[in-house]
Formats: sequence, C-alpha cells, structure tokens
Amino acid sequence: MTLTNDSIQQKLTAQFGESFFTFSEQYGMLSFEAPKDQNLKVLQFLYDEPTLAFRFLTDICAVHDPEQPGKELSVVYHLHNLVENVRIRMKIYTAIEDPKIFTATRLFESANWMERETYDFYGVNFVGHPNLKRILNVDEMDYFPLRKEFPLEDQTRIDKDDQMFGRG
Amino acid sequence: MSRPVRFNIHPIAADIKEAVGVAEAPEGYAGEGFFTTKLSSVVGLARKNSMWPLPFATSCCGIEFMATMASHYDLARFGAERVGFSPRQCDLLMVMGTIAKKMGPVLRQVYLQMAEPRWVIAVGACASSGGIFDSYSVLQGIDQIIPVDVYVPGCPPRPEAILDGFMKIQDLVGQESIRRRNSEQYKLLMNSYGIE
Repeated sequence: MTLTNDSIQQKLTAQFGESFFTFSEQYGMLSFEAPKDQNLKVLQFLYDEPTLAFRFLTDICAVHDPEQPGKELSVVYHLHNLVENVRIRMKIYTAIEDPKIFTATRLFESANWMERETYDFYGVNFVGHPNLKRILNVDEMDYFPLRKEFPLEDQTRIDKDDQMFGRG
Repeated sequence: MSRPVRFNIHPIAADIKEAVGVAEAPEGYAGEGFFTTKLSSVVGLARKNSMWPLPFATSCCGIEFMATMASHYDLARFGAERVGFSPRQCDLLMVMGTIAKKMGPVLRQVYLQMAEPRWVIAVGACASSGGIFDSYSVLQGIDQIIPVDVYVPGCPPRPEAILDGFMKIQDLVGQESIRRRNSEQYKLLMNSYGIE
C-alpha cells in the first residue's frame, strides 16, 4: 500500500482524534499543526507505526511571526519516510513569552544540533535537551538574531554612515 | 603550425641587470672599501625584501591571493617567496576574506602568536570593513580586534591590487625605525587593542 497524504491523515486522526490536528497541504506536501505539549507523542507514533515509519528527521526549524499573538513562534519538523519516499511537515506553535517545547533528542539523535541551532537563532527552549547552548553564533551573543524585533545589521558598527547605505 | 622563429634570428646578448633585481643601497657615506649608513636602513632593507607572509584566507579574496602567489603575478618577485603557515615564523599577516565574529578570537590568537616585528594587511572589503556583510554574525573590519597597517580595497581586489598593498607594506617595513616597537606610541596602540 502506498502512503498518500489522505492515508497519513486518516491514520493520525484515528490515533489522536478528530480535533487534535489541523491539516493542510502545500504543493502536494502534507502539513499539520499539533498541540504544543503532544509533539513527542505524535513523533513517536509516526516513527513506530509500521505503515507510517517516518524515521528520518530531515530538519527542525523555527518561524517567528509577531502578527499572531500567543502563537508567535512555531517549530517545524520535517519528516521523511525513506522507504516510501514521502515527506511530511509538523508544526508546533508556542507563545514567545514561554517558548518551551519538549526535545526530540530521545527519538532522533540528529535533533540535538538542529534544536541547538533553533535555540541559537530563535530562543526556543527545548526542555530535556542534553546540551542546549549556542551552536553557530558567538557564545557572548545576548539575543536571538532571527527574531523579528532585532535588526539584521550589526549594531556594534560605529564607522558606517547610515545615509550612505540608504537607511538614513 | 610551427611557431615562427623570430627571437633567434637577431639574438640579443643576455643582460644580467634585466634579469636580476638589485635593491638600491640606502643613503650613506661610501668610500674605498667602506660604506656607512644607519642600522635601521640596513635592517629595513633586509626585512622588506624578505617578508614571510602568513595567509589567513577565509573566502574569495583568498582565491585572488592564490593567483597572486602563482607564476603569473608571482609574489615571490617581491621577496615573499616563502609563505609560512606557522605564525611563529611569519612577520606579515595577510587577512583575506570575511571574518565572522566567531572567527575573531582565532584571528587574534594567530596575531598574538606572531613575533615582533609583525605587520598586518587587510585584503578586500570584508576584512577591511565587513564589506557587504553588515550582519549580526560578521566582524565589521578586522581592525576591531587587531591593528592593521595596510588596507586593500576591492571585492575582491585584483592580484595587482594585492601586490600594490604588499609594496605599501614593503615601504612601511623599509622605513620603520628599529626602535619603533619599543616606543610609547606603539605601546599605546597595542594597549588600545588590549595587547600587552
């Protein structure tokens, strides 16, 4: 049996209930939103269920959208079934004041560095992560540079005239 | 098609002065069997014609430096034949490319490991000012962490520009007093970078 978006959706709703997920489909790829505190259960089910077998974590990233109060940060998991070559996307939303998400490192070893990177740039606090510290930026950095409230430009520069760069 | 034989028809006798460059002697008093000049000039002359560059190449300017080193542009003509890859041996740090903030302490350590006298040349827009990378992750010019003697503009600069910067360094080295590194100003400069 081939794995289709519909069959994945049916299996997930059969396991977790009708109102648990919000499904959508972009460019043929199934994408769904899951409750914040249930992310590990969903990932574990997707991993263990033999007909689903999403056993490769392609990527974890975050998105910051200040326009959505209470759901400013979203953490996005990209999963891949290597046998069927099917990819899905799972999103977890969290408020920016308390960005706590359970870590996926128990399930996927590769989540370790990905979660460190997500923490580094967005400040998502992965609860239970064995080594949650900055991975790409300097350790002394005291903010999360990809959050929208911080300007992209380096704020320590003193010799650059803003007017010359069209920012006057 | 064979090459036309042109150069052998009227052979020109080889002139050693055209093939071998000889550094000009510094100002001084010369007589029969003696020559007097300042020690600084002689030391400067020796130093400037025997630079040991340490390439610190992180991106595209490094590729231009490779062209500068290669036979066509041939940095060796300027007495920089030996490119050292140990900071202990070298006296010219050539920083070529974007220096990320995380790379900053590494670059500073490399500079500190070099023995005095040492010179620094910042090649390209990124090393000089951060260049187009006005970003949270990029050091906005290496002069924020180490003192720089010569800046070479360009993105990336052509090998001729790197050679020009190198010749500017040679001018500095040749004219430098051997006491400069003990002077108060030099100590102040080093202290402003937090280096003793």
